[in-house]
Amino acid sequence: MSQPRFRLGLNGLIGIVLIGTLLIAAIVAAFWTPYDPLALQLRMRLKPPSAAHWFGTDEFGRDVLSRAMAGASASFLISFLTVVFAITVGTALGVVTGYLRGWTDRILMMGNDALLAFPGILLALSLMVVMGANRHGVIIALGIAYTPSVVRVVRGTVLSLREKEFVEASRMIGNSDLYSMFRHILPNALAPVAVLATSMFGWTLLAESSLSFLGLGVPPPAPTWGNMLAAARPHLESSVWLGLVPGICIALTMLGINLLGDALRDRFDPRMTSA
Amino acid sequence: MIGYLVRRLATAIPTLLLVSIAVFALIRLIPGDPVQLMLGDSADPQSVAALRMQYGLDQPMPVQFGLWLSKIATGDFGQSITTGQPVLPLMIARFQVSAVIVLVAVALAALISVPGGLIAAWRQNKLTDVAIVASATLLLSLPSFWLGLLLLLLFGLKLGWLPVIGYVPFSESPGAALVYLVLPIATLTLIEIGVITRMSRAAAIEVLRLEYVTHARAKGVPEAGVLARHVLPNAFAPTWTLIGLILGNLLGGIAVIETVFTLPGFGRLMVDAIFARDYPIVQGCLLFTAVIYVMVNLVVDLCYPLFDPRVTAE
Repeated sequence: MSQPRFRLGLNGLIGIVLIGTLLIAAIVAAFWTPYDPLALQLRMRLKPPSAAHWFGTDEFGRDVLSRAMAGASASFLISFLTVVFAITVGTALGVVTGYLRGWTDRILMMGNDALLAFPGILLALSLMVVMGANRHGVIIALGIAYTPSVVRVVRGTVLSLREKEFVEASRMIGNSDLYSMFRHILPNALAPVAVLATSMFGWTLLAESSLSFLGLGVPPPAPTWGNMLAAARPHLESSVWLGLVPGICIALTMLGINLLGDALRDRFDPRMTSA
Repeated sequence: MIGYLVRRLATAIPTLLLVSIAVFALIRLIPGDPVQLMLGDSADPQSVAALRMQYGLDQPMPVQFGLWLSKIATGDFGQSITTGQPVLPLMIARFQVSAVIVLVAVALAALISVPGGLIAAWRQNKLTDVAIVASATLLLSLPSFWLGLLLLLLFGLKLGWLPVIGYVPFSESPGAALVYLVLPIATLTLIEIGVITRMSRAAAIEVLRLEYVTHARAKGVPEAGVLARHVLPNAFAPTWTLIGLILGNLLGGIAVIETVFTLPGFGRLMVDAIFARDYPIVQGCLLFTAVIYVMVNLVVDLCYPLFDPRVTAE
């Protein structure tokens, strides 16, 4: 839209800074955290924030900052792998159905629409029944739940691209379908996929947190922001920090992704507003 | 109109059939014998065999599917494994709780956000717009269950204005029921305001650039009239579609809200059933949701011409 450039840039920048900060915390947590996020210290139960424990301690005396950092690691890794799964499978299927059309397209899209007839989180919930509540289960369940929307977006783009002259030219000079698809169509379909992937990272993070909060995600004692919030529920009144820290982490990540997503959308599709 | 309705319903049938195949297959994907899972490891062989017969599990797969589907077509979703209650009445009772929360919250959110988005679009890039967009983006970024926990902490625990736990059905006492529903409804309303405001603003910005708006202004129609009579009706249509999507998605997302406020709703029914491995309820909830989702989208499509007369139901 006709928004001044500097504002778009500023919003996108804030988004990148937010996500970047949390991402650094997540990467650092993979190697080092101030305390062992799993170490119990029963004498230190439910201590408010202090110089030694910046974000206080939880009901088992574990350091909340360390757990929040380890939670960032877990959430970011799960979301990233889920998005990679959904985008890879979805793009491959989308390019194939959109390019080949005909019966392949009709049958695949019928299955795809049936999957879209569920709200994503519910589909993930039901897949968790089969997968079991663990890290791999969450990634596969959410990946399958989000693949159909990727297929839709990619197929739509491919349907219009395949009629373009340069694709026709590729066919004319005798290139195979497979070559035309991956050499000429795929690279041109990537911009909408990039925008979708950004939002999808947010949906996945939120869905993973919801599943963990319900007790259907990564099981404790391994920390995720969602299961930290679930564990904080009985102690909320006396120990507010337990409810604040993981919630603020999720909210800041989501804010960063929303800001970055808006900026990307404006960049790639000038017709769309930051809606 | 009738013809369109019939055709729309007809397109929903293959989708629902595929969904039912998926739901049927899902339970078979679970490692282990469904009957063993239902009865537990300590079951004696006779009752296992009896239950196999009862569920037709000794039949080939397609026959099993046909049997299962024909039962569901007559409203027989089976019984809960843990309590023995029939699944359909249980789902309907729990669905009512969730439906009240979702419908009231989305209606309130739309009443606030549609004018809010319109005003933001009208004052585009001014302070009002920046403030509205910033608040909407902030609300959009809050996880619903965290916002619920914060409201519960503030109004339930710290101020003590509202009950922290419990529920009274509407049929017993509407007033008392409302007291328990205020916080969950407020939570969902706030979350959805974020989404709907941004959509409404985007739609209004598109419309504000159109020539008939310039024409209306040139004619001397006051700004309030331009917004209310020319922009609002045309900007509402895309927002209406989004509201339909939100209604469907909330069915899935309501479980966390019901967990925060310990409400006996539909989402909680399904999550508890997943924990208890109560497969008839899980299957029933999945099918029920798919049917509701398809129906909500149908109703949204049918209402579309009311908001955008250029689109006819044909």
